[in-house]
Amino acid sequence: MNTITKNIQELAVSLLRDKTVDIVIGFKSGTVPMSSVPFVAKTTEQARTFIWDTHCRLNLANYLTGRKEKIGIIAKGCDSRNIANHIIENKISREQLHIIGVPCSGMVDKVKIASEFTEEIIEYTEQPDSFVVKTASQTKTLLKKDYLRANCSTCMHPNPVIYDQLAADRVTEPLIENQFADVNRIEALSRDEKWQHFDDLLQDCIRCYACRNACPLCYCPTCFVDESDPQWVGKGTDTTDIRTFHFLRAYHCAGRCTDCGACVEACPMDINVRDFTRKLNKDVFDMYGWEAGLDIKNRPPLDTFNPDDPDEFIK
Amino acid sequence: MKNPYTPYPVKIDEIDIATEDKSLKTFKFVFLNKADEDNFSYKAGQFAELSIPGVGEIPIGIASSPIEKGFVKFTVFKTGVVTSHLHKMKTGDVMGIRGPLGNGFPWDRLEGKNIVIIGGGFAFTTLRSSIVYMLDPANRNRFKNIDVVYGARSPGMLLYRDELFEWEKRDDIHMNITVDGTDDPDWKYNTGFVPAVVEAKIPEADADTFAIVCGPPIMIKFTQPALKSLGYQDSQIIMSLENRMKCGIGMCGRCNIGRELVCKDGPVFTLEELNLTPGEF
Amino acid sequence: MAIEDTNMEIIKIKKSDWAGGIDKSRKTYHLFGPVKHKNHHIFRQLENNIYPDMEYMSSVLSPKSVLFPQSQKILVTSADASGKACHIFTPPEQDHTPRAVIGIRPCDAKAVQLVKLNFDTKEYQDPYWCSAFEATTFVGLAVNTPSVLDFSTSAGSGPFAQEGLDVLLVDCKDHYLAKILSQKGKEFLNTAGFNEKEDPKAADQVIQQMKISAEKAICSVIQTQHLKKKTVLELYEAPFWEDIAFSCISCGTCAYVCPTCWCFDIQDETQGKTAVRFRNWDTCMPALFTRHSSGHNPRGEKIQRVRQRFMHKLKYFDDKYDQGIMCIGCGRCVEKCPVNIDIRDICNLMNAYKPEKESDAGEIKGEIK
Repeated sequence: MNTITKNIQELAVSLLRDKTVDIVIGFKSGTVPMSSVPFVAKTTEQARTFIWDTHCRLNLANYLTGRKEKIGIIAKGCDSRNIANHIIENKISREQLHIIGVPCSGMVDKVKIASEFTEEIIEYTEQPDSFVVKTASQTKTLLKKDYLRANCSTCMHPNPVIYDQLAADRVTEPLIENQFADVNRIEALSRDEKWQHFDDLLQDCIRCYACRNACPLCYCPTCFVDESDPQWVGKGTDTTDIRTFHFLRAYHCAGRCTDCGACVEACPMDINVRDFTRKLNKDVFDMYGWEAGLDIKNRPPLDTFNPDDPDEFIK
Repeated sequence: MKNPYTPYPVKIDEIDIATEDKSLKTFKFVFLNKADEDNFSYKAGQFAELSIPGVGEIPIGIASSPIEKGFVKFTVFKTGVVTSHLHKMKTGDVMGIRGPLGNGFPWDRLEGKNIVIIGGGFAFTTLRSSIVYMLDPANRNRFKNIDVVYGARSPGMLLYRDELFEWEKRDDIHMNITVDGTDDPDWKYNTGFVPAVVEAKIPEADADTFAIVCGPPIMIKFTQPALKSLGYQDSQIIMSLENRMKCGIGMCGRCNIGRELVCKDGPVFTLEELNLTPGEF
Repeated sequence: MAIEDTNMEIIKIKKSDWAGGIDKSRKTYHLFGPVKHKNHHIFRQLENNIYPDMEYMSSVLSPKSVLFPQSQKILVTSADASGKACHIFTPPEQDHTPRAVIGIRPCDAKAVQLVKLNFDTKEYQDPYWCSAFEATTFVGLAVNTPSVLDFSTSAGSGPFAQEGLDVLLVDCKDHYLAKILSQKGKEFLNTAGFNEKEDPKAADQVIQQMKISAEKAICSVIQTQHLKKKTVLELYEAPFWEDIAFSCISCGTCAYVCPTCWCFDIQDETQGKTAVRFRNWDTCMPALFTRHSSGHNPRGEKIQRVRQRFMHKLKYFDDKYDQGIMCIGCGRCVEKCPVNIDIRDICNLMNAYKPEKESDAGEIKGEIK
């Protein structure tokens, strides 16, 4: 058992034992290699099944919406920023939460790892900076830093921004020269190439809405795609309807998205949904110098009005 | 292979505003093709999908009676997209009807029995169909006593008022019309909720009696103990359910209650049957 | 129309002849098969220069779309009020010329048989699905190396199972053995020009040997033997559903990747002066699936919907049709569920569940750890 897992378990057990909280939300291990399962512990015994590894990719803030209990929650950097969002947007109160922060050294990209092998991965074991992958005919040791998820490799806020306790020492926050290099690449494309890029990106979308449902920002009581009166979007596989869903969802996340990558993680078709949200994150950063969820005092820029707001885009 | 999704084309022949708040209208449809009318042969208690091309479909109980020929009638509450659109349509408009669907009331089992009909609010459509069917001179002697309790919020919210008051005058059916309340000094029928009227006016059960209950969930909830106190067994209580439906032919999967598909195996079940299900309705 | 084992025919297809035969078959059949696409395989119609990738392990979505496309026009009419047939719906032209699905895994073919129970009933036949089914020849590919997620042998199928197939192809390195299982299968092989007959007894022995070793390689099993005799209500009221449902995000991934999930939605659209009625894949996971227009929802809570999924697959289905569970053990939902809700665990939990007796009340059984 790694140290962070051990610390998380101990902290969670004592929170439940002292009745500081009613439940603790964390991860337990999954049933297939490179998976984890969001899990709620109500007993100290259940809290002893919490784990922490480089597959805790989903965002646990997603599980806070609408809960009434006193909640303990395990939060890496991005989870904590979405918790801050939730607090700002009045989805939960700070007092209702006991945050066990986990300074994060990044999660690995299971699709990238799988693409290294022609055979199915049957076993995965983790070491501090590397991991061992087994298939039927081979065993390989790979370095974590080479297989970080795209969003983790550009993350400058790996430490929780709000927390009550930490499960490990803070990690060094990297300074990344250009955190939006991926967006620049798409911006540099011609109009036709861009169209082609996004057409290709959305080609496989099956409209399961896993991206939306895994996203802590997507808590609207009725999402616009589910409205029937008026019906904004058709429900079939027409490309216009599929684009409309992804575009509008991305815009709805502008200035709120923490680039946690839960959308990409959840997508069964491995669509890099972040291509949309990243562009808006960049625009909000360029125009307002804003990154979402860094504190619980300031509201997102598109949520407020300021006479000095940039307006060059109004033509 | 017959295509069960293709509606029969119909024309709206008549539209009546059914309640004082105009939230319910009764639509009389005639079939564009005579053969379709013959194919649309139904039992009281069945429903059909009213189909408006480009808008959608909505499952509605058939309010006309199998003995009424030349048309079919549906009383529709304005609630969602399709029903709102339907309420805006005019006589002469062409649309579709798909059905008849569902099992209907168990007329084989009801034959020779005392029938108690209990209805509330909008849920009197298939009950109206059943009463007209049973009162038909060709059918009346196939049933013993017929007792009816029907209640609505106010006199103006009762469906099929003219018929109700006609039935009141007959001696081969015992009507108990009731309203939750009214300030009409001339109101000569009951006031009070349906369950209370059931308890006071409905005969005690014997082995030869069936009660058919249709109404809003709250009425159904409180009518059950009333019937129980009168000695009705769960197997003698017949209910007609509504769940969200699309196909109406047991394929699209959303209306199930456990293994039962409300659209095809129902919508009519005995309480005894429902007790074995997870009750998701 | 199954062919009796006594008249069994097994054809040898040299791999060097494979592409040529496939090309011949295209003259009569629209072909569907697995194709590598981005990071995974998908089943789709094959253009003339595309061949099924017979080395594939599994497809991310099941081949159910060959008979049941994700979005399908079922009725069309004119919405032009000046025309005579305005608002009179009729089905669009359908292509029911022969098609063949090449390389379908045996468990996915069995799934088609389960789906048939829904679309081809005594009272109603779904004309779109049934006509497509009639037109289709299923040329299966036995699975020599099952995935670690494959639990088909304990879910009523297996890597060499024949149910639902017209031909079973067995990959023997430099050639395939093609076991003919129906008249349709025989016609397909004839059309493709595959007619090198093997001694059926000897060839079948080879197949049997390979079958045994493939089945042995399956390391994942579920237990279902007690499900039938439990009552719906005892399983429904079991204490484990809340824990299972917690992580679910109510997406439809499990249903969309599943070869046996058939639920659909019907939607109307007006496109210019044409009104179209579509049917689209749907899933029981979002609340909208069952929400009444009044707002009332019999499965408004996530726990009810998660329970519905597994009760349908593992209990209601068998109670209704007496054909085993509505799962063929392909492992797709286990692999693709974003929160790793694992039907194998849930099935075993349901199968082992004993309701609390009065005497040991207080002890929680079946709780997930």
